Amino acid sequence: MSHLPFDPLLLAIVAPLALALMIGLGLPKRWSVRLAYVAFAVPLLMALHAWWHFSSEPQVDGYAFLTRYSTGLDGLGIGLKLGLNGISLPLFVLAGVVGLAAGLYALQSRAERLKIYLLLLLIMQGGLMGVFASVDVFFFYFFHELALIPTFIMVGVWGGRDRSYAAMKLTIYLTAGAMISLVGLIALYVKSGAHSFDLIALRAHLAAHPLAATLQSNIFGLLMFGFGILVSLWPLHTWAPLGYGAAPSSAAMLHAGVLKKFGLYGLIQVALPLLPAGLAHWAHPLAWLAVVGNVLIVGLITIAQRDLKQMIGYSSVMHMGYAFLGIATGSTLGVGGVVLLMVAHGFSVALLFLLATSVHHRTHTFAMDEMGSLATKAPVLSALFVATTFASIGLPGFGNFWGELTIFVALWKFSPLITALSVAGVVIAAVYGLRSAARVFFGPASARFTEIMAKHPVSDLLWAEKIPALILLAALMFVGFWPKSLSDPINAALTRTAATAVQSGNH
Amino acid sequence: MTLEALKLAAADNTWSALYPELTLGCLALALLVLEVVLPKRLHPVIPDVAAAGVLGTLVGLLFNFHSVTLGADTFNGLLHHSAAGQVMRAFFLLGALLTMLLARVSLARQPMPRIEFYHIVLVVTAAMMLLAQSNHFVMLFVALETLTIGLYILVSYYRTTTASLEAGLKYLIMGALSSGLLLFGIVLLYGVAGSPALPAHSAEAMNYGELARFLAANPHNFLASLGIVLVLSGIAFKIGAFPFQIWIPDVYQGAPTPVTAFLAVASKAAGFTVLLGLCGANGAFAAYSSLTTPVLTAMAAATIIFGNLAALTQHNVKRLIGLSGVSHAGFLLLGVVATAHSSLAAGAIYFYLFAYLLASFAVFGVMTHVAGSDDADQELDHYAGLAKENPFLATVLAVGLGSLAGIPPLAGFMGKLFIFVSAFQAGARWLLVIAAAGVVVSIYYYFGWIKAAFFETWTPPAGSDTPARPTPTPPGMMAALALGALAFASIALGFYQGPFGQWLTLR
Repeated sequence: MSHLPFDPLLLAIVAPLALALMIGLGLPKRWSVRLAYVAFAVPLLMALHAWWHFSSEPQVDGYAFLTRYSTGLDGLGIGLKLGLNGISLPLFVLAGVVGLAAGLYALQSRAERLKIYLLLLLIMQGGLMGVFASVDVFFFYFFHELALIPTFIMVGVWGGRDRSYAAMKLTIYLTAGAMISLVGLIALYVKSGAHSFDLIALRAHLAAHPLAATLQSNIFGLLMFGFGILVSLWPLHTWAPLGYGAAPSSAAMLHAGVLKKFGLYGLIQVALPLLPAGLAHWAHPLAWLAVVGNVLIVGLITIAQRDLKQMIGYSSVMHMGYAFLGIATGSTLGVGGVVLLMVAHGFSVALLFLLATSVHHRTHTFAMDEMGSLATKAPVLSALFVATTFASIGLPGFGNFWGELTIFVALWKFSPLITALSVAGVVIAAVYGLRSAARVFFGPASARFTEIMAKHPVSDLLWAEKIPALILLAALMFVGFWPKSLSDPINAALTRTAATAVQSGNH
Repeated sequence: MTLEALKLAAADNTWSALYPELTLGCLALALLVLEVVLPKRLHPVIPDVAAAGVLGTLVGLLFNFHSVTLGADTFNGLLHHSAAGQVMRAFFLLGALLTMLLARVSLARQPMPRIEFYHIVLVVTAAMMLLAQSNHFVMLFVALETLTIGLYILVSYYRTTTASLEAGLKYLIMGALSSGLLLFGIVLLYGVAGSPALPAHSAEAMNYGELARFLAANPHNFLASLGIVLVLSGIAFKIGAFPFQIWIPDVYQGAPTPVTAFLAVASKAAGFTVLLGLCGANGAFAAYSSLTTPVLTAMAAATIIFGNLAALTQHNVKRLIGLSGVSHAGFLLLGVVATAHSSLAAGAIYFYLFAYLLASFAVFGVMTHVAGSDDADQELDHYAGLAKENPFLATVLAVGLGSLAGIPPLAGFMGKLFIFVSAFQAGARWLLVIAAAGVVVSIYYYFGWIKAAFFETWTPPAGSDTPARPTPTPPGMMAALALGALAFASIALGFYQGPFGQWLTLR
């Protein structure tokens, strides 16, 4: 157990949910706002605590901080089992950091009906912490859905253009993905015969009694497409740019930055170690879908975008392609790269959405053609934006670089042709990234923007906006300069699961 | 029969085992007496007396859950008392209590006598409770007819409106037809099982146990098969399963909203308890599972598909909830199909019914408050802007609809999960795929309703001849408490199933 007199993981989940409940029961606005700072900070503090003490904690099967709470479904092998391993730890920290940044940004945004907005954001934050802290596959799914529901409402109520249509499309796509993956998880639960949703028990049971190869590939297919929709695998990605284009900034930050990683995390934690034969069957189709669809086709579509927020949405779909490629390799190196990329991309895409909204406050438009010359008026904003763009397109010094590099190295062994095609994506990313930065911040101001500037004088980033942005940038650079701090636990966890997978292959 | 035999039979009449039903019956009569005795100004007290009586019975039942007769047959095998029977008794009492609560709101808008309504609800509830414990076709038919005749009156209770009368007529004709089918099936079974030419024939073939023994000894009897199919058809009318669902939309729309709720929840649940008693793992028809399973499977698939597709295009919320109720009957049928091969299935059905009760009454409660004086005219458009006018009602509506749609973390999701797991255990995979697709489709119309309440604003129609929207009645103290409790229970039961979950999963 930890050095704290309470369970840090449970507190990280419960603190935001408890405040959400209190707001729902009618806490006055003044107190809601004050306590929200605390409720957003607590998960991050707990995550940092877990990260700091992770290696010194006693571990069971690679998991530290293990605790279990009964919810009355022990007969089905369902219980709230919390714990962190080397793969979930970085994502737990990611959820804490992005959650705090999104919360701080929401608190300064002065949104309409701020109390309800905070309530939904807090539910989302609680759910996200739960997703990565759950060892029980059922609760892992459950918390994901808990975090997902507020997105629909936030897009529908606080969203921008086409919000009603976007909310509906988002809901139907993501529910379809969730249902397919739920069927896959139920199939895994029933067919494994372990009578437990506990991931550790499932692993141990399946290592001793592996499933038949066809069954593995069927279940893997369900999980791959179910989780794939949630991560925007081409051609089921169309909800993502539309949804992010319409979503309010904090919801987009949390969804694109953290929640979307649920599908990849599920594939890495559940599908890869439990269904090795399934991966072998699906690796090539998955890799081709990812490289042709996500990286090349969506990459080219991204270049053609004129709307800043949609451009970021499409670029995040494109980057998910690299993550799928890394998963397809199935190697420790490749999957480790994916985890690194997930964390780095989470920071960078959240920061991009944050900055895009700050740009909108100054230009009153998302159309990139109607901007320009913002760098002279808002130098800090433009410096941050350009830096994040560099990170996003994979320049060294940022975490994304290490993630993509390791994926490419692992991919070379998998298929040189696919590697060559996917490296072309880096060029595409550079084109749209740099072009967007140039259009928004440099060059002459458009006629329309000059009019707007005459009416609303443009100021640089306020401190209230700078603080969440700097938190994210610091995290991004930390991963970039010291990736070892993350990759060591990731590697340890992956080697352990790889060992069980090999062991089950020998049976 | 000799006097001795009659004495022996009378000795088995354990009236004390029926105290909840007897209390309800006496209470029903007492209401009529009170109406005559009390002065007119005290008449508003009578509904409170009825509600208090039901609440008292419910509390008494729960305190006396493990009664002495638990597990025994009484009244010469007419009734069988089981834990499941006790749970369903509580279910029907809860349903009656909530129906009365809605009736107070709805009846206040109608120039109708009040007391008879409560009287009939009490009698119907007692019949449902007997039905849940029947172990004999005579008991089954008498209880079923008592409840159906009561509902004929309730459906056409708002006799000044043509919609209510039309609904009553339709329900009468359809109900009579279904009773006829059911009775014909019973008679065929009784006749063939009493035939001395066949092995294991019995003079007491109306008794489930005797019938089960006969059916086990004669596995391929044509007349028995025909009888079984006819009995199932008769029950399919009551639960509104395809192809016997045609009465649902018109009757649900025309009936007073509290009665629609009572029909949708309690009457449907009564049908399912009968179905579980007949087609469940140790039911009377267990030996003919090679016949009942394909029939029920086809029925479940068609019901899920029909209910969801038909609900998609509805604009009247009463029709919408009626047709969505058809799809819920399909999900429950999926559970009935699974009972043959899954020990979880029966528990899953009970849980689903409770989740359905909580969610449905929350939604119907909001509907009674939003409806105007014309009870049949409840359009989706009337909900536009509800969140601004009355956030409490809108929140309760969202929770109720979310639970019906099966969105985690609400109780409805857990119900669907249990059903899905048991269906997978039973190997009903194609049915599971259809059900999962049905859930995704259902999101569209449930979400459309939530969208109307939260994301849209009410604009009065341009032409002056179109009637204005009724203004929502603000809920009174009791109604607000009850609706809040229903919404809270839907959320809490999703997170924590506790002893209820243990009872279900370890049965």
